[in-house]
Amino acid sequence: MCNCGSEEKKNALLPQVGVITDIRRETPDVKTFRIVRPDGKKLFEHMPGQCAMLCVPGVGEALFSITSSPTNKEYQEFSIKECGCVTNYLHNMEVGDEVMVRGPYGNHFPVETVLKGQNLLFIAGGIGLAPLRSVINYVLDNRDNYGTVDIVYGSRSADDLVQLKEIQEVWMKAKDVNVYLTIDREQEGWDGHVGFVPAYVKELNMTTDKTALICGPPIMIKFVLQGLQELGFDKTQVYTTLELRMKCGIGKCGRCNIGSKYVCKDGPVFRCDEIDELPNEY
Amino acid sequence: MYKISKSKMPELLALIAGKMDLFLPVDNNGTVNFGLWTEDARVDLDTLKTVKSPKDAFFPQSEVLYSCYRKAKKTTIEPAALKDAPFAVFGVRPCDVRAFEVLDKVFLSEPADVYYAARREHGIVVSLACHEPEESCFCKVFGIDAAEPSADVAMWQTGEEYCWEAKTEKGENLTALVVSLLEACEDTQAVEEEKAKIRDLVDRMPNSHLSLEGWGQGKTKERFDDPRWKELSDACLGCGTCTFSCPTCQCYDIKDFNTGNGVQRYRCWDSCMYSDFTMMAGGNNRTTQMQRFRQRFMHKLVYFPDNNDGMYSCVGCGRCVEKCPQSLNIVKVIKRMGGTK
Repeated sequence: MCNCGSEEKKNALLPQVGVITDIRRETPDVKTFRIVRPDGKKLFEHMPGQCAMLCVPGVGEALFSITSSPTNKEYQEFSIKECGCVTNYLHNMEVGDEVMVRGPYGNHFPVETVLKGQNLLFIAGGIGLAPLRSVINYVLDNRDNYGTVDIVYGSRSADDLVQLKEIQEVWMKAKDVNVYLTIDREQEGWDGHVGFVPAYVKELNMTTDKTALICGPPIMIKFVLQGLQELGFDKTQVYTTLELRMKCGIGKCGRCNIGSKYVCKDGPVFRCDEIDELPNEY
Repeated sequence: MYKISKSKMPELLALIAGKMDLFLPVDNNGTVNFGLWTEDARVDLDTLKTVKSPKDAFFPQSEVLYSCYRKAKKTTIEPAALKDAPFAVFGVRPCDVRAFEVLDKVFLSEPADVYYAARREHGIVVSLACHEPEESCFCKVFGIDAAEPSADVAMWQTGEEYCWEAKTEKGENLTALVVSLLEACEDTQAVEEEKAKIRDLVDRMPNSHLSLEGWGQGKTKERFDDPRWKELSDACLGCGTCTFSCPTCQCYDIKDFNTGNGVQRYRCWDSCMYSDFTMMAGGNNRTTQMQRFRQRFMHKLVYFPDNNDGMYSCVGCGRCVEKCPQSLNIVKVIKRMGGTK
C-alpha cells in the first residue's frame, strides 16, 4: 500500500512500510540498518537529531534516532543497539526484510540557524554517536557554512566504536576536522588514547570559541557538561539530545515528559540551559 | 427551550437510538456506566456519577489503530475505519463535558489524533445539569458551573420533567430529530429555580472552596521538590484506579495483538501510576511511587496548565476521591500543598 496519499499522511500514528537494504555490524551489539520505501525511494525528509519509530508487527515499536544525514538523498540509516524485544528482533532481520516506519519526530539540532558559522565540538559516548553522526555528516556536506570541527568519541573498548570505518576513512581525512578517539581501558592493539570521555575533553583543553553537541549515556553527559563548564563554556553553548520512553512520538501518550516538556515533541534536542529549567527527573 | 415529561423519556431515547448509536448511563448489576442503548438496557439518568467517566465515547479504553498482514514477506497496512456517522452521548454531567475540552487540547493539537477527531466531529453531547451534587464534587474550584452545561444540548431536571435547550448547531439538529416528542416551554422559571438550587447546593459542598494558590502555570520549581510529596504518596498502592476512573487522564499504550491472521496494533489506556510506565532499556526515570504520584498531580495542576494557557486538567468530578482504596486524592494534595481554605 502506498502511504504517500494525503489522507494517510494526516494519521501520525500510521506507519509506512520500509525495506531493509543494508545491514552493517558495527560492534558486537550494534548494527546499522539502511531503510527505504518498497519503491526504492527515501522514506521521508528529516533534520539532524530527529527520530523515527521502527515497528515490527507482533513485536512492538521503539523510537530511534536517525543516524544518516539529511543530505543523503537515497535512504535513512539507524544504528541500533541490541537491548530489548524490538531491538533483538531487528538484529535478527535480514536484508530484504520489511519493517514499518513512522516519523520523523521531534525537533533537531539548529544546523540552519544558531550553529551556522560556528566552530563545532562534537562529544559522543558509545551508541550516543548515532544522532550526532547525522549532524556531523550534514556539516561535512555543507562544510563552508561552519567553522572548525572537533570530534571527541569514546566507548568501552575499541570493538565498541560505532561507525569506525567512516570515522577513519572520511572524518579523519576531511579538511579542518580533528577526530579524537578514546576507549575506557587499555586494550591490545590499541595505541590511541585511553580514558573516559569527560576526562579526555578536559585534557584536550578545548577552547570556548565552540558550540558543543553532546550525546551519550546520561552519566557521561552530566560529567562532560561539568568539564566543559570548568573549561569556561557557558550552558548556552552546549546542546544535547535526550531519550525517555515513548509510545506515540507526538506528545499525546503522556510518558516522556520532564516537567512540562515532552522529549518527543519539545525535544529530543535541548540546549543545556533549557534542561536546567526542567525538574530533575530524566 | 423545550420540555419533556420523565415518562416520555424512554420514547425519546428509543427515537434517537433508532437513528444513531446512543451512549448513556446504564445500570448493569448495580454499576452505572456509559453504555450503548438497547431496548432492555436499564437506563439510569438519576445516578450522579458513573463509575467510569464517559471519555470512552471519544477515547475508548482500547481501540485498534490499524492491522498488518504479511504475505510472501510483503507487509500491508490497513488503517482502522474512522467514525463516520453521528452518535449521541446522553446524560453527561457538566464536569465531564469540560473533561472533553481537556482531552481536545491533547488529541486535537497538531498533529491531531484522527481517531479521536473523527469521534469528536460526529459525537453529539447531551448534558444533564447536576440535580443533586454530592460531597465529593469540587467542579466549582475549576470554574465549572454544574447548573449550566456547555454541551450541544443542555438538560435540566425540573420536577417530573426535563427541560431541553439546544446550544449548538449539532444540538439543533438533534432537537429537530426528536421535536415531535418535545413540548415548547416559554416559561423558564422552573429552570432558573433548578439552577439556583444547584448553585446553592454546590456552594455548600465541603470542597467547593479549595484554593488553587500555589498551583498552575510556572509552579514547577516551587512544587516539584516539596518534601510533602513523600508523606502524601506513602500509602499509594500504584493500582491506577484514579487514572482509569478519571475523565481527563489520557495516557495510552500502543500494543500488538496477534489474531492468527495478522497483527492488530491497538492502543489502550495506560497509567502513570504503574512502575513500568517509563521503564526502558536505558533505565527508568521514575523508579519510586512518590515520583509517579507526583507526576500525576503535577501534570494535572502544573504541567497541563503550563502547556494550555492555565487550563487545569482536573475537573473536580470527585471520582478519584470516592474510588481510591487508600483515600488518597487530588483534594488532599491541593489542600496539603497549596491553599488551605
